[in-house]
Amino acid sequence: MKFRHTASQLDEKIELQMTPMIDIVFQLLVFFIMTFKIVAQEGDFNIRMPLASAGGVPDETQLPPMKLYLTADSQGELQWPIVLNEQSFDSFPALTQYLIGLLGTESGPGSARESAEVELHFDANLRYEYVVKAIDAVSGQLDPQTGRIVELVPKIRFAPQTAGG
Amino acid sequence: MRIRRKETKIQEGDLTPMIDMTFQLIAFFMVLINFTQTEQLEGIYLPTAALAKPPEGPMETPITLHVDRQGLVTIGGQQVDLNGLVPHLINEVNVLVIRKKSPSDATIIIRADRRVPAGKVQDVIRVCQENRFDRFVLRVLQSTD
Repeated sequence: MKFRHTASQLDEKIELQMTPMIDIVFQLLVFFIMTFKIVAQEGDFNIRMPLASAGGVPDETQLPPMKLYLTADSQGELQWPIVLNEQSFDSFPALTQYLIGLLGTESGPGSARESAEVELHFDANLRYEYVVKAIDAVSGQLDPQTGRIVELVPKIRFAPQTAGG
Repeated sequence: MRIRRKETKIQEGDLTPMIDMTFQLIAFFMVLINFTQTEQLEGIYLPTAALAKPPEGPMETPITLHVDRQGLVTIGGQQVDLNGLVPHLINEVNVLVIRKKSPSDATIIIRADRRVPAGKVQDVIRVCQENRFDRFVLRVLQSTD
């Protein structure tokens, strides 16, 4: 048996229903836009705060920690200069440069950088952001060429708070 | 004169570019969406630092303490002062002991406001130390400069 296609049958296009798909796609889009949240990247600084009782026998090979002193005015603002190892600094980058000179560029095991420790002494009313800036300055620097973090002092701790500080 | 009636045709716009764009947008938002429970608290402005490292992975037993501008601590959704923090920490220690862990296994994440006096943060750390916690991280915002 022979089927004859009429001209009208050949011309007919099968059209997909786009409307439900577009509906769903827009719903998805709205959902993602509504739940989207721009969050700034956060990072951590590890600080060493060993328990007083866990001191045990002090390690003879361990160098004593360098003491960094930060003082505050009555408003809690940082007062320059800051003092490390009896040296005064007028900026945090100057402090970083001093530490680079002091600890050298080697960062392997057994190097001065690996065992270096900084103890932060600060006034109780000093604003916390200055303490973080100081930690930022002593913990390392960004390599200007590669943009990677070059660690400087891995161990940072807070000095016990003194009364009335 | 006889006017011949024109055949009416439905003008259909080409939907393909629009659908392409919409799918691209969906893909963009799908990739960027983050369903993880953010530990943020409104009203706390973290200090910024260039060298802070993003957490390498989820911490084993993190305890997040938010310290606001006045030095009040928020733990587990409750705002407490320094004395009020102690029962919460004892509770955390008990939970750790039940899980056969010690306070040294937990990490205290301190999210302190940049304007809080640093002595208040130090007080919070001291109270945690008194409850045998000794691992601390200071959480900051990463600055790009």
